[in-house]
This record gives sequence, structure tokens and C-alpha cells, in this order.
Amino acid sequence: MEKIKSLADLKKIRDNVQAKIDLREKSEHPENLIQIKVAMATCGIAAGSKETMNYFLNNLEKNGIEAIVTQTDCMGHCFAEPTIEITKPGKEPIVFGHVDCAKAEEIIQKYLKSNELVEGIIPIN
Amino acid sequence: MKDLSSHIMDIVQNSIRAEATEIIVRILENPEQDVFLLTVRDNGCGMDKMTLEKVRDPFFTSRTVRKVGLGIPLLQQNAERTGGKVTIISKQGKGTTIEASFGHAHLDRPPLGDIAEMITLLVAANPKIHFIYKHTTNNGPYRFDTEEIKQILEGIPPSHPEILPVLQNMIRENLKDIRADRTVIQKIYFEN
Repeated sequence: MEKIKSLADLKKIRDNVQAKIDLREKSEHPENLIQIKVAMATCGIAAGSKETMNYFLNNLEKNGIEAIVTQTDCMGHCFAEPTIEITKPGKEPIVFGHVDCAKAEEIIQKYLKSNELVEGIIPIN
Repeated sequence: MKDLSSHIMDIVQNSIRAEATEIIVRILENPEQDVFLLTVRDNGCGMDKMTLEKVRDPFFTSRTVRKVGLGIPLLQQNAERTGGKVTIISKQGKGTTIEASFGHAHLDRPPLGDIAEMITLLVAANPKIHFIYKHTTNNGPYRFDTEEIKQILEGIPPSHPEILPVLQNMIRENLKDIRADRTVIQKIYFEN
């Protein structure tokens, strides 16, 4: 990657990216998009939720999935961190536990792409 | 927490829960005086006096999903074992400032870790929050401000997979330039 240091360098990159993508205003219709919330409290961070989040941010676009990735607080499943909550449009949210990068990949390929459930779902009572 | 970046992320999560719209992360490195200072300031809802008194207690938390809250106690433990301390100032309706000091050269001070990754993750995950990251060492200051970044990006979200690594790279390159000069510490040790 070329060296980027100043805001002017950033501007150049920005213009390159702009030329490649069609700009959708994601934030305007968040209810139509998949929402992925990564639990990022003390327990989550200690268990490696940073890597999980990075994985989703870097690999969704590649797989042609449009989603919003945000961070959230502890959901109370500290034993199963890193945990994530996925809400597909018009569906109930589902919480997945022990989501390391391998699990994240499985979730992307199975649940997000072909709507197939994977192991490790935390039931809601 | 294995590095200070994780601590920062943890403390910032508190600010997010407090519905802050502006969060300032400041790091001050002063090897001459053996000081490493970390400050997180937010304009969130703040805490009342009673909460403020209890916040260092590991068995206190304001959430209902579990009964322990280790974020601040862990930070305090790490600060104190390097001869530092944690100071918390909070005003209801105004916001909270939490400051942790560490012995810069102390062997038990956790490394800073990948601060560039941590800041960009926070920025990507919380597009509505205004983040300011200031880092000052004996070699000068660096300032990262999401308002500036948003103006440059003109509508492209910072979380875009082609933009995120660029932002990380930018922060890293700038931090390289101001990397704290620790030879001063070695000098102090050798001369005494």
C-alpha cells in the first residue's frame, strides 16, 4: 500500500474509491439492511471481539453482503464471548456465541448468504 | 486486558452507553518524567455522586444483564501496579472524564497495542459519534478528528473496506513520527 500520511493523501484515495462504488446512503434506510452488532464490553474485548468485528468489516463487501456493523454492550452471555447479534430485515434478532474469525466466516457463508442456521445460537428465553 | 488500546476501547464503550456524542481520547507521553497519561473525556449523561463512589467496585455495574463490572477496576489495577492512579470526574448531564496515569518505563505498564486499529474500529462502528484522538509525546503532537475525516470522505462511510485500512495506515504513519524518545530514560538510569 502506498504511504498515506496527510489528509490530502486520504482525499486522493477517497476519489479513487468513489469512482468504483455507487454511493448508497446506507444510513437512510437502515431497516432494509442486515444489522450486525458485536458485543464490545470488557468481557467481549478480553475474548477477542476486536478481531471478530474486524473480520466482518473486511469480509462482508467481498461476499456481496450489505450490512451495518456496529458495536453494542454486553448482552449478558459473557461465557460465550465474543457474541454477535444479527438482525435480518423483517426477522427476529439471533444471537451467536463463541464467534471467532472461523465462526464469523461460517456465519457469513451459511446464515447471511443462504439463510442456513449454524451451531452456536444462544436461545432467548 | 493485554494492552492499553483494549482498555481504551472498554472505557469508550462506557461513554457510548452514556449516550455521548463527542468522545476525546488523549494520550500524553512524557518519558523525561516517566509519565504515560491516558484520558477519555465524553459529553454523555455523567454519573451522580453515589454511582461515582461505587464505580471502582468490581461488583458494581449499571447494567442489568450481569452482576459484575470490571472495566474500571482492571484499568485501575494496571495503573496502580506501575505507580499510577485512576481519577474520575463526572457531572450529571455534562459528561465524564476518566484519567489513568502509568509509569512510562515501568515493566508492568501494558504496551499501547494497536491504537490505530482500535480508533478506526470505534469510528467505523459508531458513525454518529464525533471522535477526537490526540497523542502527544516528547517528539510532538498528533491529532485525529472524525469531523475532518468526514469532510474529506464526502459521504463515503469510514467503515468502507477500502477506506478503513487507509485510515489505519494514516494514523500509524503519523504516530511513527512522534514515537516517544525513550533514550532520555536510559540516560537517567545510567547517570545515576
